[in-house]
Amino acid sequence: MSAVDPTVLEPEPLKDAGAAADRRSARRERLRLLVRNPSAIIGGAILIFWIICAVFGDVIAPYSPFATDFDGHLPPGGTHILGTDQLGRDVLSRVIIGARDVLIAAPICATIGVGLGTLIGLLMGYYRGWLDDGLGRIIEAFLALPVPLVALLTLAALGSSTTTVVLTVGIFFTPIVARTVRAAVLAERENDYVQAAKLRGENGLYIMFREILPNITGPIVVEFTVRIGYAVFTIAFLSFLGVGIQPPTPDWGLMVSEEYALIIGGYWWVTVFPALAIASLVIAVNLVADALQEVNER
Amino acid sequence: MLRFLIRRIALGLVTLLLLTVIVFALSNVIPGDVGRQILGPFAPQESVDELNQRLGTDQPLYTQYLNRMADYARGDLGESYASRESVANLIGESFWASAKLALLALLVTIPLAVIAGVYAALKRGSIFDRVIVTVSLAGSSLPEFVTATFIIVTLGVSLSIFPVLARPPDGADPLTQLYYLAMPIMALVIVYFGYIARMARAGVIAALEADYTRTAVMKGLKRGVVIRRHVLRNALLPTISVVATQTGYLFGGLLAVELIFNYNGLGRLLVTAARDKDLPLLSAGVLVIGIVYMIATLLADILISILNPRVRLGEDG
Repeated sequence: MSAVDPTVLEPEPLKDAGAAADRRSARRERLRLLVRNPSAIIGGAILIFWIICAVFGDVIAPYSPFATDFDGHLPPGGTHILGTDQLGRDVLSRVIIGARDVLIAAPICATIGVGLGTLIGLLMGYYRGWLDDGLGRIIEAFLALPVPLVALLTLAALGSSTTTVVLTVGIFFTPIVARTVRAAVLAERENDYVQAAKLRGENGLYIMFREILPNITGPIVVEFTVRIGYAVFTIAFLSFLGVGIQPPTPDWGLMVSEEYALIIGGYWWVTVFPALAIASLVIAVNLVADALQEVNER
Repeated sequence: MLRFLIRRIALGLVTLLLLTVIVFALSNVIPGDVGRQILGPFAPQESVDELNQRLGTDQPLYTQYLNRMADYARGDLGESYASRESVANLIGESFWASAKLALLALLVTIPLAVIAGVYAALKRGSIFDRVIVTVSLAGSSLPEFVTATFIIVTLGVSLSIFPVLARPPDGADPLTQLYYLAMPIMALVIVYFGYIARMARAGVIAALEADYTRTAVMKGLKRGVVIRRHVLRNALLPTISVVATQTGYLFGGLLAVELIFNYNGLGRLLVTAARDKDLPLLSAGVLVIGIVYMIATLLADILISILNPRVRLGEDG
């Protein structure tokens, strides 16, 4: 940073501009690597497919997802490409429309979890001491319980609705994210720029959010993507268990739960297509997360 | 070693205490009138009051928590709201059924995943490696109910190789039992294979690139000796931790698998409890699964400390 004159009393704006430019070019470089990564391309393509279904579902879907005026359990083919369910609803239309709720809910869960988790992780990693020890124990206790299981307990006590499901899953993501962010902060806090900020007399909040946070966005973005994948997983799982999103919403997990018992009767299509939808979306998000991680580690 | 053990167990007990508080708090997220909830809106107020008094749910929450812990310590897990049966009996029976399923799944997964992960790392970049990485990523990112659905449709219904319900006849010999449990075990294996194989692969790759491996190679040791003595011993330590963590999470996966295959275990019991809002049963079950996780990670930490002196002699655990 040769442009900074040491006699200037207020070097921050200049220094910030330089650092910001560095970060921008690093970001551009990462983006360039990302669009060449095969995992990112495949994952991204599947993701875009489902986003189109979510946004233009009403136009694309051949029938209403709620219309029950067809014969029940028509096999795939003919006018119903993916068949109909036991109430005579078009499976294809329900799968297409089903993309919408999950693609809204999952990013909200991830935002809640990553937002709160980043805040807690920054506090733990920066202040250390009793705060870190205390919160660390609580996180440890939370990690003993799989998220779907604590969510099951909470939703049984709280009652199920789309809002409670999203809030519960988001909040239970917090401990895991906090642990990741804390580790990233610990790796940064001994760096010279943090020491310099301390010597300048900056307060803790400024150092955490303006100095450390911009330098750990890489792992946070990866964590955010991974959490979206887990949110899709968990929301679908809770719907499947009957404590998540409630009928008659065309939710993929719910569709599997409504008719998995009828697979034995040969009516496989009603469960298999929504199950494939969940599988493709979760795998797509994880492929993108993997690619992001790889690009970050370069 | 002893100091490490005592410290680890003491921390574990603190975590356990926090765990009980968390589970209790979650099951009381909305403090409601328990007696009224059980007896319904038309029951006379006297019987509601009487039931609340009998269950202790008329007390303030912290008293309820302390009473609950005192009961737990005596082995009394309370009474199910739905069936009025003893929670300890309900959980006891189904726990061993689930443990059987989980252990069988681990018995298949661990050797398979470790061998696949190690081999993939040694052949890094080969077709085999890429297949293992892709299969691991796909398998471990899918919810168990999705893999279970695919298995039941293909192997159970289309090909009818395995029975669709995981309910072996009473007194069946071990092989027949295994035959009935094959599909649920497969559903679990697909998911847990990925986590363990990826960890084993990553560990071996890191160890192959480590200085001590380079030194061993430059000393002129044979490749087989380097891999056995230097690479694997170091590489598989993190895998032990993952196996322990996944053992706890395996019980979470059992929720779906037991439901789909109609297997009478803890998972199915807890899902039913959640649907019935049977909180004493559900919260005790959740606590039991948390304790399984804690014991598994404790055993893993002890095992790692035996295998790796750096952990137990290091200043901080």
